[in-house]
Amino acid sequence: MREDGDGLSVIVQVVTRWILVLIVVYGLAVASFGHLTPGGGFAGGVVIACGFVLATLAFGGRSGPARAFHRRVAQLEAAGALAFLGVAALGWTLGHFMQAWMPRGSGLTLASAPFLVLLNLAILLKVGAGLFAGFMVLVLFDRLTDAPREGEGGA
Amino acid sequence: MDTILVGFAVFLLLGSAAALAMRNLLSAVITVGLVGMGLSILFLLLGAPDIAITQVVVEVIVVTVMIRVTTRTADEERGRPRSLVAVVAGVGAVLVLVGAALAAFASLPAFGASRAVPADWYLAHAEPATGATNVVTAILLDFRGYDTLGEVTVILAAIAGALVIARHIAGDGTRDAGGEPDRAPQTRNGEEAPHA
Repeated sequence: MREDGDGLSVIVQVVTRWILVLIVVYGLAVASFGHLTPGGGFAGGVVIACGFVLATLAFGGRSGPARAFHRRVAQLEAAGALAFLGVAALGWTLGHFMQAWMPRGSGLTLASAPFLVLLNLAILLKVGAGLFAGFMVLVLFDRLTDAPREGEGGA
Repeated sequence: MDTILVGFAVFLLLGSAAALAMRNLLSAVITVGLVGMGLSILFLLLGAPDIAITQVVVEVIVVTVMIRVTTRTADEERGRPRSLVAVVAGVGAVLVLVGAALAAFASLPAFGASRAVPADWYLAHAEPATGATNVVTAILLDFRGYDTLGEVTVILAAIAGALVIARHIAGDGTRDAGGEPDRAPQTRNGEEAPHA
């Protein structure tokens, strides 16, 4: 693994570009259908965070498909939390906080529990961006401790 | 089935012990990853695919991050050989705890034989009340939505705190994490930032 943000070889980068799309779609699917099948916002969010970690490892963080994600990760994370709170607060329109306010369709589809779908997607955003932010913070600390300084063991 | 479960449990125990015994950091991380994957298979066999999925993806990201962090220090051996007294004391403590656990388990109902009353209520009401066939999601997001709200808040606070600290100590090094630094690195306590 080369340092200085160069990333891995071209082969890895090209394949990562293809696979990243599938990973993101898979994460979205796991989260969207979390009320019908195993999975949910947390699992989907971790899948997407894994995808962007892969992109960061392949491209080195200074370029590549995860670049735009890097810059906005804190905002996305806050947006996820606020979306969860907003969806929950809209329950007040029907009575109380956290009430399932969206009309429910029938059958085993996305419409069978739209309230849960929205909450799952909010958690997806929050966990995906949050875990990725955690990864970036770890890498950042790693780089900082790696810088030549006296009295530091680079742990 | 029981034999498979016990086999996996023994495998996990051996893996955990091996991870503790490894002197090479990278080997220990890989062994921990092995234990995590075995744990997810165990969850799947026990009929908890939700937990299994979460376990797999969390394991993947944690092992990736840990390998990324330890690659640099992989050559360093950690710790010293343990003294005989410490080993004997540790094994003795484990034996005592296992004996106590076996005595406690003997008084429990048979494995999988009983559910608590609330569990029955949730199983009966999850689908008609929320429209979710996945009972785990119904509980997490609907019946127990407040808990999930708290969890979301905790993650937000943790990540926000980490980003603030990173921005504070990194100064100009934060181009890749959490946006542009918009303030000078020395803002609190008059403490010198590392790169200042």
